[in-house]
Amino acid sequence: MKNSAKQNELLDLADQLRWELGDTIHDSLMQTVYEDASRIAGRAVTLPAEKPRLQWDKFLDRLLTSRWTGFPVMFLILMSVFWLTITGANIPSGWIADLLVDTLHPWLKTASLSIGFPWWLSGFLFDGMYLAAAWVISVMLPPMAIFFPLFTILEDFGYLPRVAFNLDALFRKSGAHGKQALTMAMGYGCNAAGIIATRIIDSPRERLIAIITNNFSLCNGRWPTQILIASLFIGTLVPPALGGFVSALSVVGVALLGVALTFVTSWFLSRSVLKGTPSSFSLELPPYRPPRIWQTLYTSLVDRTLFVLWRAVVFAFPAGALIWLMANFQISGISLAEYLIQWFNPFGLLIGLNGVILLAYVIAIPANEIVVPTILMLTVLSAKMTGMGAGAGVMFELDDMQAYQQVFQAGGWTLMTALNLMLFSLVHNPCSTTIYTIFKETGSRRWTLVSTFLPVVMGFLLTFFVTQFWRLISML
Amino acid sequence: MKPHPEANCASCPAHNTAQLERLGVDMTEWDYAIALAGNPNTGKSTVFNALTGLRQHTGNWPGKTVTRAEGGFSFAGKRFKLIDLPGTYSLLSTSTDEEVARNFILFGQPDVTVIVADATRLERNLNLTLQILEITERAVLCLNLMDEAKRHRLQIDERTLSKDLGIPVVPASARVGIGIDELLQRIHEVASGQFVCRPHRIKYGNSALQKAVDQLAEQIAGKYPQLFNTRWMALRLIEGDARLREAVAGGEIAGLVHEQQTYAPAESGL
Repeated sequence: MKNSAKQNELLDLADQLRWELGDTIHDSLMQTVYEDASRIAGRAVTLPAEKPRLQWDKFLDRLLTSRWTGFPVMFLILMSVFWLTITGANIPSGWIADLLVDTLHPWLKTASLSIGFPWWLSGFLFDGMYLAAAWVISVMLPPMAIFFPLFTILEDFGYLPRVAFNLDALFRKSGAHGKQALTMAMGYGCNAAGIIATRIIDSPRERLIAIITNNFSLCNGRWPTQILIASLFIGTLVPPALGGFVSALSVVGVALLGVALTFVTSWFLSRSVLKGTPSSFSLELPPYRPPRIWQTLYTSLVDRTLFVLWRAVVFAFPAGALIWLMANFQISGISLAEYLIQWFNPFGLLIGLNGVILLAYVIAIPANEIVVPTILMLTVLSAKMTGMGAGAGVMFELDDMQAYQQVFQAGGWTLMTALNLMLFSLVHNPCSTTIYTIFKETGSRRWTLVSTFLPVVMGFLLTFFVTQFWRLISML
Repeated sequence: MKPHPEANCASCPAHNTAQLERLGVDMTEWDYAIALAGNPNTGKSTVFNALTGLRQHTGNWPGKTVTRAEGGFSFAGKRFKLIDLPGTYSLLSTSTDEEVARNFILFGQPDVTVIVADATRLERNLNLTLQILEITERAVLCLNLMDEAKRHRLQIDERTLSKDLGIPVVPASARVGIGIDELLQRIHEVASGQFVCRPHRIKYGNSALQKAVDQLAEQIAGKYPQLFNTRWMALRLIEGDARLREAVAGGEIAGLVHEQQTYAPAESGL
């Protein structure tokens, strides 16, 4: 064929020329480009006559990335963000719960019954679907509305690459790519987003490590769980004045444990199934830019807060319906939910959790956001609490912290259960969106399975050992 | 003071923002396709948002945009489709984001490539600019972050720069919306052919290389007379660029000619 002959001719000539020129082409080309760029820039740019006064950037960089102050400052910044989130979120959470759960829910129930809804339809719609969604909003909206703007301001300011810079050496030591620090940071917003962001890592080996370990970045869906459980169980161990501080400290502790697990898992992977040496890269520390406060507030509220909340609500509706059905579908007088809880219970107790928590995690696979509401609802069910809500599968009214604690005590919770829940929330399977994203990005069933099951197994082991250790200590 | 007659305002290029209609993601039909390229963290996404009215997430760190984002706007009666490419330092290596950017500029054949550069780091940004000008001959340089350059007391002579590069240069501070009007005007001029770019071309220092490139470029030009970036293709073929070899072997290369107002979405190779 004439066409292919003409094409082959070109390729043959190219091959021959490459052979003749040797391997200096790339370097000599780059040199030419650099020389031209330098000459053109030199003609266009006039540097300031006197030395610029702005040494502020340099000072800040020294503070934020120095060997000695980098990590303490990072810790302080994280602490302040969580302290503000935790102490700031309690009050509006109560207001929203008052409105959506205490006021609107009884009204909806009465109204629907008065226009002739059968009890099961009103129960299914309002005790199941509506309450699940209302719950999710009151638990999640306030912390997100505080956390995301703060995080976005840090991002706009240029702090994230400094974090990456600080962590780079550690990533390298664990055999992973330094850019993984950035994808990890993205994961704090959403793991699915973090996994898409791993495209910035060129080496497939290092990219897989970044994908598998991204789950150890606490995401949006899990921050509220951490914050709530920390405030309820750990913040209450100390005098109220210190509560917010200690809660924030424990949340930061869990987040840092996630970072540690990222390193350990990366190290393990890069020395077993994903062997290889880390490739080098250059990370540009961008200039500090004053964050635009109003725009940040707007975009973080609209793009992040409402986006995440919407997703949570969308998943809360079917989950609420499912819980209500499980609670009301009975086999010889015992509800399906109770069967399942009993079935999960032995294993749950072995690892310091319980059947309710495990069942909640199964129900919440589509969205981790609904874990706490589901746990509360299932606990009330299985503990057969009275005076909380009305009937099986109803999410109930909780006015204050004490009410939460009553529920948890009825479910047989201890400080150990809370601690294990926080750990398990950090180390368990990714949500279904993330799993799907992993599959799309890797195109491999095998690595998707590894990314899904490795953290669950690690979570089981972690909580198991913590539990055994805890029990051993309490016996002494 | 006498008020200006409205007609005068409308014909004044300084009032062009009034002509900008942000179309967001509505890109059903378009007259021109515009690619947005540049180094990481130079504000491409900010320029993208300013032009399309979209709110693609922006953040102060390199490598934030990993996929192409697309949006549209309408200006001076024409509809433009805008493609935000991932930020890269070069187009000569083989990382995924560089391939995405390179392949789009080459195979997607945008009518104009807007190169967003950080005015405070001009020299480094020009490395990429020069490489882009090897591939395409229709480009506009958006000299972004001029506010920061002023803060650092840098003075940039954009006329000399424009003359040296052979393309329009627009100083801008996209964050606060400065320079967007002029950028629109220049994009329109280049897209419609009112402004003809005479892009700077690199002289390959090493004379053996220069000779080899000339030899192969001549062969390519003989076989595909409509191609305009034969020198660059010759260079890449000599370097052994796999994607380009594939394009030659598969005959795709024959279609890589600039035609006004036609545009095939370049899914291949992306």
